[in-house]
Amino acid sequence: MEPAEFITHSGGAIGVAWLMIALPLVGAAVLLLGGRRTDRFGHLLGVVTALASFVVAVLAFVQLLGFAPGERRRGIALYDFIPGMATKVGLLVDPLSISFCLLITGVGSLIHIYSIGYMAHDPGRRRFFAYLNLFVAAMLLLVLADNYVALFVGWEGVGLASYLLIGFWQHKPSAATAAKKAFIVNRVGDFGLLIGIFTIFATFHSLKFAEVFPAAHGASQGTLTAIGLLLLVGACGKSAQLPLQSWLLDAMEGPTPVSALIHAATMVTAGVYLIVRSGVIFQAAETAQLVVTIVGVATLLAGAIIGTAKDDIKKALAGSTMSQIGYMVLAAGIGPAGYAFAIAHLITHGFFKADLFLGAGSVMHAMNDEVNMRKYGALRKAMPVTFATFLIGYLAIIGFPLLSGYFTKDGIIETAMEHNAILGWLAVLGAGITGFYMSRLVFMTFFGAKRWEGDAHPHESPAVMTWPLIILSAGAIFLGGFLIVGNRFMTFLSPAVGLPEHLPEFNPVSLTGLVTLALVAVGAVFAWFRYGAAEVPAVAPRGSFLTAFARRDLYGDALNEALFMRPGQWLTRLAVFFDNRGIDGVVNGLAAGIGGSSGRLRRIQTGFVRSYALSIFVGAALLVGAWFVVGNL
Amino acid sequence: MTTHYLVLSALLFAIGGVGVLVRRNAIVVFMCVELMLNACNLAFVTFARQNGNLDGQVIAFFVMIVAAAEVVIGLAIIVTIFRTRRSASVDDASLLKY
Repeated sequence: MEPAEFITHSGGAIGVAWLMIALPLVGAAVLLLGGRRTDRFGHLLGVVTALASFVVAVLAFVQLLGFAPGERRRGIALYDFIPGMATKVGLLVDPLSISFCLLITGVGSLIHIYSIGYMAHDPGRRRFFAYLNLFVAAMLLLVLADNYVALFVGWEGVGLASYLLIGFWQHKPSAATAAKKAFIVNRVGDFGLLIGIFTIFATFHSLKFAEVFPAAHGASQGTLTAIGLLLLVGACGKSAQLPLQSWLLDAMEGPTPVSALIHAATMVTAGVYLIVRSGVIFQAAETAQLVVTIVGVATLLAGAIIGTAKDDIKKALAGSTMSQIGYMVLAAGIGPAGYAFAIAHLITHGFFKADLFLGAGSVMHAMNDEVNMRKYGALRKAMPVTFATFLIGYLAIIGFPLLSGYFTKDGIIETAMEHNAILGWLAVLGAGITGFYMSRLVFMTFFGAKRWEGDAHPHESPAVMTWPLIILSAGAIFLGGFLIVGNRFMTFLSPAVGLPEHLPEFNPVSLTGLVTLALVAVGAVFAWFRYGAAEVPAVAPRGSFLTAFARRDLYGDALNEALFMRPGQWLTRLAVFFDNRGIDGVVNGLAAGIGGSSGRLRRIQTGFVRSYALSIFVGAALLVGAWFVVGNL
Repeated sequence: MTTHYLVLSALLFAIGGVGVLVRRNAIVVFMCVELMLNACNLAFVTFARQNGNLDGQVIAFFVMIVAAAEVVIGLAIIVTIFRTRRSASVDDASLLKY
């Protein structure tokens, strides 16, 4: 089934969908411009604007459900960005964008609330909430935009907010560097996206989704492939897919709620959104789709492998985020059969990964901001609520039967298997590794012996931090089943992305499903013997070259350094040399030459009148002689 | 007919030129300059006679006027230099140089 028509809309909650963006934006503006005057209530204002935005999203969602499925793509005109240049900016509320809005504002609000507790003692708390609000506004603009220009504005806004938040503790050099790294790597992706948008405009003479998508089939195969690959570059940058993954692990320098909000639940999913939103273009370009699936599988394996070797709890989770987004990208590359699973996994992942990250934050909060899991151990008694919610998130992410991740990840694996068996089995393998590294993380943190450092007195976090965890873990339990069983989410999403020719049947005892579960169980048991039952050494053992490979992020940084940084340095050195010796040499040489020769020429002026007279005579004689010669020619 | 006048004029001019180049005394140099000017005048007048018009004679008058003015200024400068430096040699007054 093809996606539905775009319908112009006004009125109701959908008519004021811009409020969703405006509210947090105003919050950010007030907090940033208000200065210290807003310190006292800054965090409350931040939470209120995010919650209000969530309320608008829910109302818009309810109103959208009131329309017939074929009429659920509602466009709202806002204003002319550049008058006369076909850049009318508007918002598009359809099942895809409203799903994202609910996730961003819902999970975003919970993380805002959690941050009240987490950042309670931070002097920059108001600024933190301003950035969080800015991020929410930019992300909502990204998903609600009805054209590529506004999408790009949101895209950049998200990048900016991410930069500000990663470098929030900018007095730490590592945080400042990580922020710059994230910004620069994202810039590489943005470059691809920008060229892609230019190509779209050159091909279709419009940037509005409503005009580009219906015309997509008319363009040549080569153009569509180019556009698809360029959009994929953008998606890789934002979603930390290979080969632009290196920033995500360093991004853990930011405060933990940032890692939860941006680097797990929302921002990194922007790439998946872009691919699904531009699905029409990708479906018309098979090569681009193939590349998307390959990137997805490669990243899901790379992320999982990195996750197995990290001792830093947040970095292990970051590896897992990479891996899970790899699953989403894989599904998004498959086409309409995968879109619903990609977005469903994105939503459930938003819940359980936010749950895990916030849980990790809660653990760090209790352990004096220690992040090394080798110094945790036996925390389940000390912090029961965190442990229980973390356990639920853990079971959800490894795909424990009947929890959220089980339904959505299994859907992706089944779809991939049907699409291409190699991709499918690699995805199964990734699930097995997920079972290992997540179990390792849980066992090292909550089980085993106490390996606490000196004055650590782990305690349960305050209610303002535990309640978001509880709500998120409820989502991690039920959401997947609700969305997937009976193809509920696929049918809901179909007006925006279309339906596959035959709907998938949910089969709880399929071969791949059972193999996946078996592999996950093997991984978990292996982790138990390595890290649960056995003693965990306080200093990481050296390990094989594979361990070193994973610990160093698969040499991603080394590769970037060798391929881009060093040649870049050579290039700058060459440019400096050329500038100093070449350009400066010509200019300085010219000046020195003129100065020197005029210095010598000056010596002719001796001050002796008779020598002047002689030169006049000689000159006159030469002139006369020349005149004779010329005259006689 | 007029060739003799022109030859005389050229001789006078050459004598004046050599004098300007070889003599050091400013007064003598000055006189040699005058000699060259008057050699020119002679040539002008000769050419006027040759061409049968008055252009050359008119210019000769101009040259005389300029020469008179030059004598006034030049002698004044020479006298001033002699008073300050006790010398009328053109080679001594060589301060204005690189």
